Amino acid sequence: MRGNRSLIDNIDWILVGLYLILVFAGWLNIYAAVYNEEFQSIFDTTQRYGKQLLWIGTSVVLAVIILLIDERFFSTFGYFIYGIVLILLVVVIFIGAETKGATSWFSIGGFKVQPSEFSKFATNLALAKYLSSMNIQLEKFKTKLIASIIIFLPAVLILLQNDTGSALVYAAFILVLYREGLSGNILLVGIVAAALFIITLFFQSINYDLWGYTIEGAELILIGIFALLNIVFYINRKKKGILLPLIGVFIASGVLVKSVDYVFTSVLEPHQSKRINVLLGLESDPKGAGYNVNQSLIAIGSGGFFGKGYLEGTQTKFDFVPEQSTDFIFCTIGEEWGFVGSFFVVAMFLGLLLRILFLCARQRSSFARIYGYGVAAILFFHFTINIGMTIGLAPVIGIPLPFFSYGGSSLWAFTILLFVFVKMDADRLEIL
Amino acid sequence: MKQLEGRRYVIAAIFTLVAFIFLVRLFFVQVLDDQYKLDADNNVLRHIVKYPARGLIYDRNGELLVYNEAAYDLMVTPRQMKEEFDTLAFCELMEISKEEFIEKVNKAKAYSYYKSSIFIKEISARSYARIQEQLFKFPAFYVQTRTLRSYPQKTAAHILGYVGEASPKVIEQNPYYRSGDHIGISGLEMEYEEVLRGKRGVKIVMVDVFNREKGKFRNGIYDSTAVSGKNLQLSLDAELQAYGERLMQNKKGSIVAIDPRTGEVLALISMPTYDPNLLVGRMRSANYGILSKDTLNPLFNRALMAKYPPGSTFKSINALIGLEEGVLTPNTLYSCYNGYRAGNFFMGCHSHRSPVNLEFSIQTSCNAYYSNVFRSIIDKYPTAEEGYKVWREYVTNFGLGQKSNIDLPNELEGFVPKAEYYDRYYRKGSWGSLTIVSLAIGQGELGFTPMQMANMTATIANRGYYITPHIVKSIDGQAIESFDSSIVRHESGISSDNFNEVVEAMNKVVQQGTGTQAKIEGIEVCGKTGTVENPHGDDHSTFIAFAPKDDPQIALSVYVENGYWGSRWAAPIAGLLIEKYLRDTISRPHIEKRMLEGDLIHIQKEGNEGE
Ligand SMILES: [Zn+2]
Repeated sequence: MRGNRSLIDNIDWILVGLYLILVFAGWLNIYAAVYNEEFQSIFDTTQRYGKQLLWIGTSVVLAVIILLIDERFFSTFGYFIYGIVLILLVVVIFIGAETKGATSWFSIGGFKVQPSEFSKFATNLALAKYLSSMNIQLEKFKTKLIASIIIFLPAVLILLQNDTGSALVYAAFILVLYREGLSGNILLVGIVAAALFIITLFFQSINYDLWGYTIEGAELILIGIFALLNIVFYINRKKKGILLPLIGVFIASGVLVKSVDYVFTSVLEPHQSKRINVLLGLESDPKGAGYNVNQSLIAIGSGGFFGKGYLEGTQTKFDFVPEQSTDFIFCTIGEEWGFVGSFFVVAMFLGLLLRILFLCARQRSSFARIYGYGVAAILFFHFTINIGMTIGLAPVIGIPLPFFSYGGSSLWAFTILLFVFVKMDADRLEIL
Repeated sequence: MKQLEGRRYVIAAIFTLVAFIFLVRLFFVQVLDDQYKLDADNNVLRHIVKYPARGLIYDRNGELLVYNEAAYDLMVTPRQMKEEFDTLAFCELMEISKEEFIEKVNKAKAYSYYKSSIFIKEISARSYARIQEQLFKFPAFYVQTRTLRSYPQKTAAHILGYVGEASPKVIEQNPYYRSGDHIGISGLEMEYEEVLRGKRGVKIVMVDVFNREKGKFRNGIYDSTAVSGKNLQLSLDAELQAYGERLMQNKKGSIVAIDPRTGEVLALISMPTYDPNLLVGRMRSANYGILSKDTLNPLFNRALMAKYPPGSTFKSINALIGLEEGVLTPNTLYSCYNGYRAGNFFMGCHSHRSPVNLEFSIQTSCNAYYSNVFRSIIDKYPTAEEGYKVWREYVTNFGLGQKSNIDLPNELEGFVPKAEYYDRYYRKGSWGSLTIVSLAIGQGELGFTPMQMANMTATIANRGYYITPHIVKSIDGQAIESFDSSIVRHESGISSDNFNEVVEAMNKVVQQGTGTQAKIEGIEVCGKTGTVENPHGDDHSTFIAFAPKDDPQIALSVYVENGYWGSRWAAPIAGLLIEKYLRDTISRPHIEKRMLEGDLIHIQKEGNEGE
């Protein structure tokens, strides 16, 4: 064991600094979001900012503990931790407390713990351990299968808790797999399929009149894809064997589009498809479910360039944006700090993500590197979906903004997730 | 492995791209698009309008004519409507049908789910007392106090006018008014709208998502307090007005009574009239529809908008012009054998002694005498046109054929033809005094409002002038003359000596002539009867009068449509009003009874009596 001196020297203080900035900025905004003339003491633990302060403090303690634990602990107990979390995920389905339709919480003496927050860390750990083990080749089907199981097992369990948002986060690991050798085409196909899915939902309910013919939205999309593929074919017409894959792409898109369309128009009841549309932010319903996005945009948009000033946001103060200290915390930033504040937060997150990528590249162990990419992927997914939904660019999936959103479980989980990587990075020279 | 190393740049590029897209989007939403700022204000700011109390209206004796009564707008906040809402009980309480209920709820929801809107407008205080007890069962509903006009005397509807909601056109033209605001639509309510309405105040408060008040916006720097409307005191004598309306019941016509010394209007009656309380609140539009379809036209203010020829009452004016022009002296005699003859022309007269002097001509209303007088005025000048212009100038100086500028809207100008009118009608130079001789006896093309006739009477009473008539005496205790520069003395240009001749004759009319029905023991009343030819039916009865002769305090014109001769209806009504005003008692109850019972609308035909 080395002295603490070298640990302090080896820690990447830039990353830690970014973490501290985000946590502190988050707390400031939680204070603004729940600000109330009656309770102004920042230590008032009956208020969310008071509790958050408590969780920030405990998170720092957690971070220190993690930094003091031997790095090998995480690789050694990777599967064990993963197993424990899986068990918790199963147990919570049966004895968990229900909040907003999801049974994803353990309620222990007034404190609530959400195992799904910690399972991201555990899954990342297990995946990193598996992919970094000897003689693993991602090209092999078996490897892909096992990696998929590691990723999707917790996701499925979380789905069973009725927490769709948290389950979707596991899709982020595709970035890790891509980095570790998964074909870029699969990443591309994944992105294109997701895009097609969304586009189909956009157009499926609309019929178009074209030269006297009524064309359904789904058909219009297929016509568009067909035209696009023709152009691709024309450009690549000298290449041999281009025709067959293009036909394959067309058939595949056709099947996807038509099945989404079919499920929506024929299988689901109207109110069910409406719910999904609204959930995905595709249907504007200002007084209904789309109300949040609308109010969120009003909050952010009304901030202007410099913002309304700290604690001056009317949308925030008077509760027009629901969930504003958790999922919609970015509204408070946008409203009170304006474009300047938004820019700062986006820049800090991008800085954090790029810093992690930079640190990954200097890792000697593939375990640390893969784990690092997992951290970046998870943070990136949360960042994209959370901020995206507040500005109407992403479906409304209730997942927190890392380090910002109110909540003990998520702050602890993200702290653990990040600081295990900080610890690995600090110890990188130990590994031969 | 090296190949996979490069993939971190792809991943970094994805991260950067997403951040870049976010920043572009944020720039559009936060910096370029202003709509969100307006939306945020709409969310949080509520303009709470504080409506000032509209000014009250009193009569000249301090009798309250118009006051404000609380009315209640039933408000609904759709969000607070519970699933188990008892629609049936609610509809019963509010006296509305279920269909109406559903329609109104949908309308409110369409407006806003969170903000409250008007559910039922202007519920009367009486209905509210009943509703109030049950309202707690329906938490989504509450009432907001408004005020409605109320008219305790049920009189002077045409003068007072009515208040209604500002029309979209008014709102567009006048930025003061907002949808739902009240505005004076006719009568004094319209004329004195800006005085009566006061100034609306506004309180801007911030509300949270549940519409709960969260304090003043910017510490209230944009707030203003409501300023109450000013009170009007009218020159109108409500008792006289109401008495006149009673005397005129079941008759069509108009009475205008003014104090000749000041131009103050004492009564301004147009019959048939209506109860001003009908045009208030929820029932206004329904009642307005009924009134506007009434063939007797109760909404029409005859006192200012009906044109009648003056008839024989106009002979006094011709006498005055003749005297002033020197073509007539009190001793001028003309003979009359049942009419006036000039060549082939003949104008009939009733039988009376002949020859006739000035005093007797007025007393007996001799047509031949005034044909002679009128022709001598016109023929004094080289051409009929010149003569006519001089004559017309005198006539208009009596306030005839021009707006009186009374402080009420929609007044008619009346009509005294210009010389050009006859040029066009006949041919320039080819018409003479005989052509237009019917003007001598107040017939022909002349058309005056009862208001103008009252001014004419006031001019005689004052021996030479009238004061611009006005209904409002003071605003918040300040005399109207200090606000209204249009209240001035209008000179007739005729010497007061000449007036004395005519006044004496008019006194004789009442003492022993055609106007004896207006005679009151102990009050020297001067008057002149008239019969107005009516091509559409029975002639109209008219009478002008003032009293007391040497210190006139009241001058009035009375028109009773289809009332035959002036002596029959108009003169007795004028007499009763004069006595009522000067003495506050009625010494001839039998005449009063006859007037009250007289019905010229439902029983058209009745035997003729001599005048
Ligand atoms: Zn005669």
